Amino acid sequence: MNGKAAAAGMDGDAGSARRRPAVPRLRFEFDPVRTGSPWWMPLAAVFAALAVCAVFIAAGGTDPLAVYKKMLTGAFGTRFGLTETLVKAIPLLLCGIGVSIAYRISFWNIGAEGQFLAGAMAATAVTIYMPDLPAVLALPLMTAAGIAAGGLWGLLTALPRAYFQVNELISSLMLNYIALLLLDYVVFGPWRDPGGLNFPGSPMFTADQSLPAFGSTRLHFGLVFALAAALLYAFTFRHTRWGYELRLIGANPEAARNAGISLNKHLLLVMLASGGLAGLAGMAEVSGVAHRLMYGISPGYGYTAIIVAWIARLHPVGLIVSAFLFGGLIVGGYSVQTLGLPSATSEMLQGAVLFFLIAGAAFGMIRIRRVR
Amino acid sequence: MDLILQIVAAAMSSGTPLLFAVLGGILIERSGIIQLGAEGIMLMGAVTAALLYLRTGSLAAALPAVLAVSAALGLLHAFLTVTLRVNQIVSGLAMTLFGSGLSAFLGRAIAGQPMPGAVPKLDMPVLDGVPVIGVLVAHLDVLTWLSFALVIALHLYIYRTSWGLHLRALGDSPPTADVMGIPVTAFRYGCVIAGTMLIGLGGADLLLVFSPAWIEDMTAGRGWIAVALIIFARWNPLRALLCAYFFGALDALGFRIQLIGSSIPSYFLKMIPYAVTILVLMYLGWRNRGKPSGSPESLGVPYIREQRL
Amino acid sequence: MNEPHAVEMRRICKQFGALVANDNIDFAAKPGEVHALLGENGAGKSTLMSMLSGVYRPTSGEILIRGRSVNIRSPKDALALGIGMVFQQFRLVHTLTAAENIVLGEKSSVWRGASWMRRKTEEIGAVAERFGLKIPVERPVWQLSVGEQQRVEIVKVLYRGADLILLDEPTSVLTPGEADQLFEMLRQLRDAGKTVILTTHKLREVMEIADRISVMRKGRMVGTMNRYETNERELAQLMVGRAPAGVMRPAGRPPGKPLLEAEGLTVEAGKGRTAVRDLSLTVREGEIVGIAGVAGNGQSELAEVLAGLRPWRGGTIRVCGREWKWASVRTAIESGISHVPENRMKSGMAGSLGIVDNLLLKTYRHPERSRFGMLRSRRNRAWARSLVERFDVKAAGLDTPVRQLSGGNQQKLLFAREVDRDPKLMIAVHPTQGLDIGAAESVHRLLLELRAAGRGVLLISEDLDEVMQLSDRMLVMFGGTIVGEMSRENADRERIGLYMAGLQDAPGEEAS
Repeated sequence: MNGKAAAAGMDGDAGSARRRPAVPRLRFEFDPVRTGSPWWMPLAAVFAALAVCAVFIAAGGTDPLAVYKKMLTGAFGTRFGLTETLVKAIPLLLCGIGVSIAYRISFWNIGAEGQFLAGAMAATAVTIYMPDLPAVLALPLMTAAGIAAGGLWGLLTALPRAYFQVNELISSLMLNYIALLLLDYVVFGPWRDPGGLNFPGSPMFTADQSLPAFGSTRLHFGLVFALAAALLYAFTFRHTRWGYELRLIGANPEAARNAGISLNKHLLLVMLASGGLAGLAGMAEVSGVAHRLMYGISPGYGYTAIIVAWIARLHPVGLIVSAFLFGGLIVGGYSVQTLGLPSATSEMLQGAVLFFLIAGAAFGMIRIRRVR
Repeated sequence: MDLILQIVAAAMSSGTPLLFAVLGGILIERSGIIQLGAEGIMLMGAVTAALLYLRTGSLAAALPAVLAVSAALGLLHAFLTVTLRVNQIVSGLAMTLFGSGLSAFLGRAIAGQPMPGAVPKLDMPVLDGVPVIGVLVAHLDVLTWLSFALVIALHLYIYRTSWGLHLRALGDSPPTADVMGIPVTAFRYGCVIAGTMLIGLGGADLLLVFSPAWIEDMTAGRGWIAVALIIFARWNPLRALLCAYFFGALDALGFRIQLIGSSIPSYFLKMIPYAVTILVLMYLGWRNRGKPSGSPESLGVPYIREQRL
Repeated sequence: MNEPHAVEMRRICKQFGALVANDNIDFAAKPGEVHALLGENGAGKSTLMSMLSGVYRPTSGEILIRGRSVNIRSPKDALALGIGMVFQQFRLVHTLTAAENIVLGEKSSVWRGASWMRRKTEEIGAVAERFGLKIPVERPVWQLSVGEQQRVEIVKVLYRGADLILLDEPTSVLTPGEADQLFEMLRQLRDAGKTVILTTHKLREVMEIADRISVMRKGRMVGTMNRYETNERELAQLMVGRAPAGVMRPAGRPPGKPLLEAEGLTVEAGKGRTAVRDLSLTVREGEIVGIAGVAGNGQSELAEVLAGLRPWRGGTIRVCGREWKWASVRTAIESGISHVPENRMKSGMAGSLGIVDNLLLKTYRHPERSRFGMLRSRRNRAWARSLVERFDVKAAGLDTPVRQLSGGNQQKLLFAREVDRDPKLMIAVHPTQGLDIGAAESVHRLLLELRAAGRGVLLISEDLDEVMQLSDRMLVMFGGTIVGEMSRENADRERIGLYMAGLQDAPGEEAS
């Protein structure tokens, strides 16, 4: 009797008066075993983001294709554009590696911006308070000051987390604002160049205080710092004992505790390294590019670095590639200003890329299924 | 006395945008979802309000547009976190970055332009005679009154209705809610979208009432402070009111000290709310020390919650 | 068959990816009976129940309730059909009161004023009383004991009008005494005309409570019978697929020097709760000391202290004669203690890392494994490969994330790591939880090998049979301390049960 009803394809009434039509429905099934998405997913995310932002650009009355073309040629099409892109890639790579180290242990450091500024300010402090040092002393001292200040700024996030369970997202972001206000204070106040016609910036650095450049380009020695950092990052995580401990903490903090690893100690060390790299980026930026500390020294490198790290999936080679691409995006953002678009165009694109990236990664773990 | 009243009044006006955002955040996090995109959502709310208000000159067009835009952002967050189960932290982060970029892009043409008019006030001449309270509330704008209403409505909703019971169950134990026939996915979508709309309204309030001209990144971290205030308020709407006004007062205090002509540079006064946020969180952590995640299901849990399958 | 079955499941299959959890199952329960679904862990009992309660949906097959074919899409559908399930992990919201938990999901009115709650509380009380269940309706759930929470769950199901009541491993969290009370309640429910289906892997319970018994093995149904027509032996054979041999337990040598001596140990568990109070115990070379007890009586905290993970407040701990000054995992590891934690994937392994990394967990600091801050990767891989072979871990490769291994292989890997260190003392907490009988036997064999090699083992388990089978000495923990101790020869199940329920005090102890 019932077999007949079933054979006729009739769904039994589920007791209540509610009945659903028996049309196939799409259902998302989550399959955590299927991890990882195909290698082309980041590229697809970039293209999808470009497509979505094209709508906004077109809505503003500009031809999106022209904008993208301009961005592309502006960033990669000329020798000048290309070196500019590399120049922007340096802080992105350093900050990107910095946040990657923290993300490896699931510590959500979004304070690279503040750590970058702290490093830039500390390096500048060396030039202000010890103006006459020769290059052999000035540059190492500025580098050390930049790294130390960035690291300490990072510790300001790590310490409250380690000892008071303060959410690091909030504290690191608050510290970004504090660093930014501090920067404004020094460039508008005590460190302002007396001969600078009210320009909010420190006096120009001397040649002894500037990182050497390659040839006549604006490309500077910071590139060596950045590539060395990437190499060190890769080596540390693959081959060293510390890298193993960090991988373990990242994979399962509870198991790491069981292995006798002190989570707080490593948290502090990681943030020292993470902030130190961002601080180094800040030092390289003032000493290698701007040759002074000035208002708006960072166009949001610390925030872009988050996306750089995420798009690279924290992988060293990926970081180099994505830092280069996003450097190009920033340069391209400047070049579209001639079309009457704000440089925020590139910020909008960056945000959209991150959206599609995380959605894409999730799609890798999901099967879409038709259900009754 | 007068000075205190002035500060309270200033605290209310700079605290109201925060209050909207905190209420929205409470609704979202009570349902078990983390929303860290408040900064971007507030910016989007503000820029939408500015664009529409300038173009149409009518709040009746601007406010629904704000709600629609924030609802769309909420839908996006819900789709990513509830359906695709992406990392909620990253989704919120993406929303912040996207929101600040997009709002700067959209608002480039109207930056600095003053709004065509103030938000209408709800005058209550009856209250004029009442000391203290009369001064504070007799001539408040509609949005502030709306925020009061929302505080009460949300409180009653959470603690006095069956839906509120469902919401509390959902945030504490989704499997239980599911077994009890509460539609987890739909409920979460609803909470995230409604909460995001409130956050967007906070951005609109910031623009329309507090500083009526669009400036790039005008929220200056208020979205993140709101996220911290959710913890501070322990997910309770009534406490959210006090916390938001407390931070509003900090904002106002810096400004007052400046007016008095203190020698402290204004940059340092502006740091106060940010520094206090960290200090408050440290105090909360210290008070709850030894308890891994606070008392049973209240403090901290929505943050460490993972999607249960 | 004139009266339709209360529930009938026909040719039910359920797959999770490649895993077939239920393979062509036919199952039926009559109205007004207590029906036990018997099987090992992982036999597919809970999966089958979950399909009745709407948590899972069958991949194929048909479900009939009271003779009508139904399609249970969600727990809500199940409730509408009068099916209520009490899960092994209770589905209760801890911050809400018992009454609020029970009325949760009710949609009769939106407003929840005080008078509404009072009326509902009375209704709940009436339902509870009708079936002889006493529950404190107005207290928040987190204040209730496990037994009370279970009763809240049962009342919840009854209040919502279920007449088919499913219980998943209901006794796993109860003391023997509480279990007897539960059985009494279940009989009352049956006499009131309700149909009760419960899953269990404990033969004794089945023989005590069930009217009919269905046995499952490895995702298949292997037989259904009346209780009066069968016996424990037959059931065991059906459940395991062969007569359970058990592990040969060779007679041991007399135990040697003390390895672990704890005296007057007191441990705080946060929120002012004392988890372990004034506990003393000794483990010697060449003996297995078993600790029995209901979960939550301080066993986990004790194990964590001995593994160096948790500080203690009072008392002394001596390992191999040397006193510990403070809690340190490094000290514990270096003094030769190995720890098999109670939830291996939660705290013993890093699921996303590969086999080599997981094997390195406790020994990576050793000069054999790393030098000058650098891992000796090639050497470590060879070592890992040899361990995988020696302990017969089945895995696709050395870099396979261990979360993709089966539970048994994960546990083998964990034992490989802990045994290879040649520990002096092993603390094994629930070492066979969730393993099938074959895997459990190899774990038992490993523990006995350690004993034969003159090592000490502290075995903490909720599985009384396991403790009784392996231990040289048995201790029972209740309320954070040892309430009973007996040697292997005079261990007796009934007395242990009384100790476990805290009903019999150790000599000289004062009842609290």
